[in-house]
Amino acid sequence: MIDKICLIENIRSRFKDGMTVMVGGFGVPGTPFTLIDTLLATGVSDLTLIKNEANEDHMGLSKLIEASHCRKIITSHLGLNATVIGMMNRGEIAVEFYPQGILAEKIRAGGAGLFGFLTDIGIDTILSDKKQTVTVGGRKVIAEPALRADVALIHAALADRSGNLVYEKSARNFNPLMATAADTVIAEVERVVETGSLDPDQIHTPGAFVDHVVEIKELTQEYGILAHHVI
Amino acid sequence: MSYKEKIAKRAAREVLPGQVINLGIGIPTLIPDFLTAETPVWVHSENGILGMGRRCRRGAEDRNLIDAGGNYVTLQPGAAFLDSGLSFALVRGGRLDVAFLGALEISRAGDLANWIIPGKYAPGIGGGMELAQKARRVIVTTTHTTRSGAPKILNHCTLPLTAKSCVNTIITELAVIEVTTEGLLLLEIAAESDVKQVLAKTGAPLIVPKGKLPVF
Repeated sequence: MIDKICLIENIRSRFKDGMTVMVGGFGVPGTPFTLIDTLLATGVSDLTLIKNEANEDHMGLSKLIEASHCRKIITSHLGLNATVIGMMNRGEIAVEFYPQGILAEKIRAGGAGLFGFLTDIGIDTILSDKKQTVTVGGRKVIAEPALRADVALIHAALADRSGNLVYEKSARNFNPLMATAADTVIAEVERVVETGSLDPDQIHTPGAFVDHVVEIKELTQEYGILAHHVI
Repeated sequence: MSYKEKIAKRAAREVLPGQVINLGIGIPTLIPDFLTAETPVWVHSENGILGMGRRCRRGAEDRNLIDAGGNYVTLQPGAAFLDSGLSFALVRGGRLDVAFLGALEISRAGDLANWIIPGKYAPGIGGGMELAQKARRVIVTTTHTTRSGAPKILNHCTLPLTAKSCVNTIITELAVIEVTTEGLLLLEIAAESDVKQVLAKTGAPLIVPKGKLPVF
């Protein structure tokens, strides 16, 4: 029987200086806070991080950046994180911005074994300034390269022992895409069930994409409700 | 009613039953408060919700259910979740009927600038560029002028563009303006305003139809 469940202590050796790490999540939902803390504790540095945003100040991905473990972030928007914007403006961290769906599609292409794709998004803007363009059907479009990582850190609500994953509500976001686009895919999950107990029709990420599953012992405060977003 | 609510209330009248709409940050998030049961719509939130409901009441928040601005939200019956790839397939593939967006500047030709002030404000692109470029209809809801009173509607945008020739309609606290091939057409005027004031606060020529304009 395939068993991908592993102790969090045993994934530390997967992290190396200078590697590229994709991190799931859009805000709190789907962010693998426990795996991020584990990566932070290893002290590995010079990382290139790929995430939709950098979480909010002093949370999740922001902790890696604030601790200067990150050389560059490839992202879509940092609007809710004044600390990282400040670091970007002072030149303490390199930032590469993409339109949100283009970032998603670059990861999807990487996961699907493609070299990239063609798009007209941003063609009439400063975004196209340094991009390779091609003409298709008489229209100039951007050739956008695919994106992959050494490691992807994923958060799912549920897994079985063979690594099949189920996401919950808006915590799905970038997770299923990133789970296809890295050489090593590590998922933290809130609950593990026996293989065979998940309905195959309900599985979002098939276990073949996942290398290691870590069961979270407790959901720390970071996973909870953010008071400043409550009415 | 605040000026923001006034803009949102007028903007809600542009929504047709059955449409798929996306609400940008700020004034657009107030629009659902003015939609009635006669206008059932699918609200798309780019972080992966189709069929988003109102903001969540205090105490009932779900840690896994937020909108793109991080606010806790609810679901409408029939709602579905999308991964980030599918969420933007909906936008780029032409299934989004209306995007309501904010603006820093709008040009006479419908160019929109709303994502960067070089050297001052550069938080990233987010979903705005795809929404502006690919929604079937783009409605800008914005104050007519900047905080310092400078016009936001100009002959040409001075800031880097979000998308070229993308805006269809501009709704402000003073007026409703349509972007046409002939230029900017004044369609309606706020009860608190008059044509002279709108012309003075607009940095591009307006086509003013003869006769009395509808008031909102």
